Amino acid sequence: MEKIRVENLYKIFGPDPENVMEMISRGETKDRIMEQTGHGVGVVDANFHVNQGETVVIMGLSGSGKSTLIRCVNRLIDPSFGKVIVNGKDVTALSREELRQFRQEHFGMVFQNFALFPHRTVITNVEFGLEVKQMEKEQRFKAAMSAIEQVGLKGWENSYPAQLSGGMQQRVGLARALALDADIMLMDEAFSALDPLIRRDMQDELLSLQEKLKKTILFVSHDLDEAIKLGDRIILMKDGIIVQEGTAEDILTNPANDYVARFVEDVDMSKIITAENVMLKPLEVSFYETDGPKTAMRRMASTGSDYIFVKKDWKLSGVVTIDDAAKARKAGDMNLDNIIRQDHVTVSTDKPANELFELMTDKPYPIAVLDPENKFVGVITKTSLLTGLAETNQGAQ
Amino acid sequence: MEVYKLPVGKTIENSIDFFVENFSFITKSISHFTEAGIDLIVSAIMFFPPWLLILLASGATFAATRKKGYGVGIFTLAGLTLIWNMRLWEPAVSTIALVVIATLISMCIGLPLGILAALNNTFYRIVMPVLDFMQTMPAFVYLIPAIPFFGLGPVAAIFSTVIFSVPPSIRLTCLGIKQVPAELVEAADAFACTKWQKLVKLQVPIATPTIMAGLNQTIMLALSMVVIAAMIGAKGLGGEVWKAIQRLQPGKGFEAGIGIVIIAIILDRVMQQFGEKRD
Repeated sequence: MEKIRVENLYKIFGPDPENVMEMISRGETKDRIMEQTGHGVGVVDANFHVNQGETVVIMGLSGSGKSTLIRCVNRLIDPSFGKVIVNGKDVTALSREELRQFRQEHFGMVFQNFALFPHRTVITNVEFGLEVKQMEKEQRFKAAMSAIEQVGLKGWENSYPAQLSGGMQQRVGLARALALDADIMLMDEAFSALDPLIRRDMQDELLSLQEKLKKTILFVSHDLDEAIKLGDRIILMKDGIIVQEGTAEDILTNPANDYVARFVEDVDMSKIITAENVMLKPLEVSFYETDGPKTAMRRMASTGSDYIFVKKDWKLSGVVTIDDAAKARKAGDMNLDNIIRQDHVTVSTDKPANELFELMTDKPYPIAVLDPENKFVGVITKTSLLTGLAETNQGAQ
Repeated sequence: MEVYKLPVGKTIENSIDFFVENFSFITKSISHFTEAGIDLIVSAIMFFPPWLLILLASGATFAATRKKGYGVGIFTLAGLTLIWNMRLWEPAVSTIALVVIATLISMCIGLPLGILAALNNTFYRIVMPVLDFMQTMPAFVYLIPAIPFFGLGPVAAIFSTVIFSVPPSIRLTCLGIKQVPAELVEAADAFACTKWQKLVKLQVPIATPTIMAGLNQTIMLALSMVVIAAMIGAKGLGGEVWKAIQRLQPGKGFEAGIGIVIIAIILDRVMQQFGEKRD
């Protein structure tokens, strides 16, 4: 079911949008229009829709009009021309008062810089939308508490926003929008102000919330990796114009023009990412000098893996599998001599990550990573390689 | 040849005369009424023994400024006792009463006008030059038209005091509301606030420290004007100073002056407490 539909939407900042429309149709650029008329062009001829339960990410660099576009949807900014249809109703035709009620019912919003009310506690911030709705005190407290629990902030209800970290503040922002129980969430660069690690947590959190709540989400971001992670579909904007719309796959494989291609290129960071960026610290190693099959098995059990790397003289000497260790134990071996294998792959820390894919073998143990002094510093599994690539990308932007 | 003189003064005088002729019966009756009220308040306060009031006032300031230490509480106790000892208790009480009344009136005018100025650009552009005019005009000038309207006495004093002390409360209320971050206002809009809800739940609370700073300035200006207004019959400490001038008694003058300073310091410190931002 179609939830939001935007048709031929234009936003022109300034007193005389008609005149500017004419210039746009003549193909004048944004910069020239600014120079000649002093009018800013925010959004040009935007057309898209968002289905029920879908997450659509509007993406673009700063100044591309994405924040203007999302504000046109709930008319925090009034579009100059065009239609916004939400749940079958033309939002652009609503009167001020109708619009207010419509927002109350349908839109929860999360802002880039959180926009929490500093004079209100966490709980009263979350209650805000309900208080405005004039919901009963007890009822709104209940709804707010459940939203606070959903975002994992239980126990912080009575703190003030200034006492919370950025990540926690945005959780409050999220809870404030959730408490409203509106069917559509508008998220304007909701996670952009957070540092990369927290941002990733919040993205995961949103994804798991979305699994339960199935809201319709319109999300604005300047980060392609975020868009890929969260968006069922992505809308790419440049200079107020939607340059491409599609799934992450579409955009990555068939960039519509050079601009998109250049944008997408940045994602393929695997060329400069090395083994060091994607490896995991070995959880547990065995020591050749002291360990027998029994100890080795015990060490494997402690990490839940079915192999273990063995160090000798602080250098990597080989790998032992759980099956071999079990046999050796039955045979009564006291050391690892008979079962240690040397068929594992080793790479140095500066090996480019895109070359690692070929080295991935069918062996049950991962690639071992050695530092320039040949010290064993990490392992690379298929999972660590893929997630590592995605994450490093994020950190790099 | 004589150069033509623009009838600026004449025009003002004529219009004042016009208002006096037609409306002074209203203002005069307000004056009688208010004067009786002020007398009642002052004599009600004077009914209690000064030592009791001094203790109560010190206790209240102590409680209000506890966070900052004992200084203000002790100062209040010592200062008010000194005023009492200088036999200036009654004039001090009537000065404080005038200041409080003038400040209340100023805030009743200043808050709504300040809010209006912050929310309405046209009104802002009209009211700001008027405030500039009011603040730069020498305070004494306001005393003159006050007399025909209200007659000599405390009400005329309050009238000119309000005119003199209302600008900062309008200005700072307006400033405080305008300084509410745009993103918060946007959030309030996104969560479907009515204008009134936005004002009450967001703008006024956020602007409160600035509004309080305006209140503080209003009180200080009111205090200084109440002293000047002694010339048109406001009694109180200003009246004592005025008497001392006429009789050339520097000692008496300074005593009353010190009393005013003490009251100013107490009011200022207590008000500052309310103006501080919460962390």
